[in-house]
Amino acid sequence: MKIKLLESNDGRPNATSSRSTRFLGICLVLGIPVLILFAFVFSPKDDTMEDAVRLLYIHVPVAIFSYIAFGVTAMGSIFYLWKQSRWWDTTAHASAEIGVIFCGLTLVTGSIWGRPTWNTWWEWGDVRLVTTLVMFLIFIGYLALRQVPASPHVRAKRAAIVGIIGTINIPIVNRSVEWWENSTLHQQSSLTDGNLEDLTLFTWFLGTLILAIAYVWLMIHRFRVGWLSTEYESLGYGAAIEERKAEADLHAGTRSGTTEEGEVE
Amino acid sequence: MEFRDAWSIALKDLRIELRSRILMNQIAPYTLLIVVLFGFALDANTQTLRDTGPGLFWVAVLLIALLAIQRAVKIEEDDAARERMLLTPVHSPSVFLGKSIALFIQLFALEILLFFVMLALFDLSVEDPLLIFLSAVLATIGIASSGTLYGVIAAGVGVRETLLPILLLPVIAPIAIGATRAFGDSFGRVDADGWAWLGLLSVFAVVYTVLGMLAYGQLVEDA
Amino acid sequence: MSHLGYLVAGWAIGIGVPFIYAILVLRRGRKLSEKVPFARQRWISSSEDQARIKDE
Repeated sequence: MKIKLLESNDGRPNATSSRSTRFLGICLVLGIPVLILFAFVFSPKDDTMEDAVRLLYIHVPVAIFSYIAFGVTAMGSIFYLWKQSRWWDTTAHASAEIGVIFCGLTLVTGSIWGRPTWNTWWEWGDVRLVTTLVMFLIFIGYLALRQVPASPHVRAKRAAIVGIIGTINIPIVNRSVEWWENSTLHQQSSLTDGNLEDLTLFTWFLGTLILAIAYVWLMIHRFRVGWLSTEYESLGYGAAIEERKAEADLHAGTRSGTTEEGEVE
Repeated sequence: MEFRDAWSIALKDLRIELRSRILMNQIAPYTLLIVVLFGFALDANTQTLRDTGPGLFWVAVLLIALLAIQRAVKIEEDDAARERMLLTPVHSPSVFLGKSIALFIQLFALEILLFFVMLALFDLSVEDPLLIFLSAVLATIGIASSGTLYGVIAAGVGVRETLLPILLLPVIAPIAIGATRAFGDSFGRVDADGWAWLGLLSVFAVVYTVLGMLAYGQLVEDA
Repeated sequence: MSHLGYLVAGWAIGIGVPFIYAILVLRRGRKLSEKVPFARQRWISSSEDQARIKDE
């Protein structure tokens, strides 16, 4: 079904898809139902969280990849300032957008999980919750800055600096929230306890793998969209300049025509 | 980088303020208005106001800071002042430092006003004046340096007024937390070690002053 | 199964939102790719795709 979505009606190589993205797309279409099956049917329920644990198979991988996505944005920003290459700028932008989506999902799924488990939608004292929320807001600001019209280089440079500062700020926010209300409801990583059942472990692994594929798939497409829109912008400027020139020539022609006529008269 | 250059930039900004009186005639009354609105919002209950006083103080400061930063950007936009400043042989870190110092002095003056107004209207009593002073200085350095940096990022774009808050406010969230705690402790309102927060506030101030000095030159060229 | 409502809501949002986002990205890409010449879409490199472009 997803393949059909990627293929345009007239059979042209469509838009932002290519062989590799089609392959990843197929993996996702097949993998997501398998993940749901494992999360809801095969994996056992938790002793304390009961069935609410099944939400974590999506919450934790999404959280991991939102952090990875912002990390890629920071890296892209640093490399942009260093190499001044459009490739890195487009990468940083694409990753930030996906990161904001994932970060929002982390907050929402976490909140939905927290209600039955901690008996609250939101806990102000929790370090990770508040840090993630501030991080979400910082990168929303980053995306807003990217929407502001400016010449491509100026926009990229500003965004890169904001991206780097935003990332530097995350540990400071984390520290401050930790000191602010030194309490966390998050349990220590259950993975290191070593007392997880095999199927639970496998479901975690599968969830992370699916999210990795989804991130790469989205990244490739979003990168290409970014690339196209920059191309389109430069085309647009070019076309607009051509248009103006033609207009100016026309005006020049008529004007010189009238003056000539005037002279004749 | 010459400190003397930075100081003359700061004096220039302050002189403009003394002549235009924007801060005194518009932003200072706004400060008072915020305090009054807090009173209305929290139901004229002195106990509540006293408990939330430290947080309200810093929320008010952040709101004032946004206006003061906009103003600091605006005076560089008028008469192509920024382009002319770029033509002078002053290094951009000095310009950044100068503008931050000017912003710091203006904000600190407003904070003093706000502080005594709140002290009177919210009936607060100070237990640790030194902690109040130090945390206010450090937090204001952080706000002034990050504000100057983000001000120039948002400068020159048509949507500066709306862009600046969403860029700046999440970034200075640690200041809001740290300074509120330190104030809460010095008013004897919360059971926290206010002195421990001075560390965080100074880290923030140093990080943003250094970042600003590094990045300002890059940004100011195409603002 | 306990907490079924929460589970369904969480998973529906967790899968639905990225899905909608993916469709929006694909649509944007399709619209833009119609306006930008193929020569400037660097990822169209497989021989199959190139052949199809030539046919047009």
